[in-house]
Amino acid sequence: MMAMGPLSIWRSPLIFLAILAAIFGVLPLLISQYRMSIANEILIFALLAMSIDVLAGYAGRTSLGHGAIFGTATYVIIYWTANLGGSPWIGCLLAIAAAVLMAAAFALFAMRVSGVYFVLITLALGMIVWGVCLRWSNVTGGENGIRGSGRPDIIADPFVFYYVTLAVVLFFAFVIWRFVHSPFGLSLCGIRDSESRMRSLGYGTTLHMFLAFTITGFFSGIAGVLYAFFNNFVSPSTVELSQSVEGLLMAIVGGVGTIFGAFLGSAAIILLENVVSQYTARWPMVLGFMFIGIMIFAPQGILGALKRQATRKL
Amino acid sequence: MSESALNLENIVVAFGALKAVDNVSMTVKRGERRAIIGPNGAGKTTLFNAITGVTRSTSGRITFEGLDISRKPAQSRARMGISRTFQITNLFPSLTVEQNMQLALRGTGSRKFSMLGSARLVSEEREQVASALALSRLATREAVEVTELSYGEQRQLEIAMALVSRPRLLLLDEPAAGLSPAERQMVTDIVRSLPKDLTVVLIEHDMELVLKLVDYVTCLNNGQMLAEGSPEEIRANQLVQDVYLGKARANA
Repeated sequence: MMAMGPLSIWRSPLIFLAILAAIFGVLPLLISQYRMSIANEILIFALLAMSIDVLAGYAGRTSLGHGAIFGTATYVIIYWTANLGGSPWIGCLLAIAAAVLMAAAFALFAMRVSGVYFVLITLALGMIVWGVCLRWSNVTGGENGIRGSGRPDIIADPFVFYYVTLAVVLFFAFVIWRFVHSPFGLSLCGIRDSESRMRSLGYGTTLHMFLAFTITGFFSGIAGVLYAFFNNFVSPSTVELSQSVEGLLMAIVGGVGTIFGAFLGSAAIILLENVVSQYTARWPMVLGFMFIGIMIFAPQGILGALKRQATRKL
Repeated sequence: MSESALNLENIVVAFGALKAVDNVSMTVKRGERRAIIGPNGAGKTTLFNAITGVTRSTSGRITFEGLDISRKPAQSRARMGISRTFQITNLFPSLTVEQNMQLALRGTGSRKFSMLGSARLVSEEREQVASALALSRLATREAVEVTELSYGEQRQLEIAMALVSRPRLLLLDEPAAGLSPAERQMVTDIVRSLPKDLTVVLIEHDMELVLKLVDYVTCLNNGQMLAEGSPEEIRANQLVQDVYLGKARANA
């Protein structure tokens, strides 16, 4: 397992969290408000990418449905606050509950399969969510989406919201790190390596996969709620396939099975999108070349490659 | 009845028209050392799979310590105290020996559901792992990744993982397959040093090794029971000799 190198730095999450807190904590003091909003977006998508990395890096299952789970939470909280006029805090709970339920429904279909079948099932389920959001227009607003009613006063200020996002994302980064290094997390690695051996050791592998998928849906849902507060707008593009793909690519670029690599992957992709799109409309091409480069020179992702370098020197 | 650990009644495992195991019945007493022998394709591993729940038996009844387990899934049977090794090495290759042992140890308990606790072993678990590794002669290899173990060591780890949860029935599927003579001797020693109250059923091709280790032998051929008896009886049995050494059959 990647997180078990001989260097103790790779074992303790606190050093990484401290570095992240320092970097992201200082950023708003140095950059413009527009750039701070990009940093804010990087944090939110890092949480989505981490939730995908739990399945991809530990259980060995590549999900293309987590964007839809993320977007479900965004839809629910915006519908609740803007169309029904409900409290945003109750909306948070409803949205996260909706994401968890959606993930549980996905899990019922996906928990028994692995490999390409897992990819296809999560892809198909995500497409269904997207289709419903697009067509059920009297609720979702169809292609026009729904405009939110703004953030609650207490987090309305962009600085405050940025630091709240930072705190929430770092807290859940820690929780996710503990989760994958727990006995349950190790059982996911076991399922990745040999499901038949796991069963003959007494593990109900289907139940483990169901729980793992549903719990990652919880993390995606939190990211979706943050995104609703951040973007104040939701449309079918929030739940579409490219959202899931982007989250997965962030996890891959950062380093599958490293958890904290998600921050690097999210930063790399969102920065490229924002910087390169200023110069050329063909920025997806540049992004494509970056992926090819990473797959050739650092197939374990940025953090994965750094980790390998560090452990090799010993 | 209370003396029998494992009881098979008319077990059939069919894959379409092929009966891989055809009407096999046997009783293994508590603490017994039993060997299942037979030529390739005799149905030995399929019978193991039926006992452990990897494949469901098509018909027949399997009882373990008096309880009918015929319809239980593999993981429930493991939690009841049935443990096995695999003929084709089936470990967690990207994990270390210690992590393999952790997974093996916790499969039968409830700590496997701990989601925020540390994966590290508590001292009681550590002792259990240490004693299983010592029994399997792997004591100094805890931190090594499975892919870096020699094939022989991987076979030893197979046994250690099957032992660590303190099963009451141990099924060894060709534990010495592919090993050098020195390593075979080690496997023999390991099986010899297993606790006396542990019931052991093993599949093995090496007749010399089998006959030294067990109290009783069951010989399968073409999925059917061919002969049963003590090692001496089996060695002298004409049918067994024909199957192993070859004989012009009437329909050949």
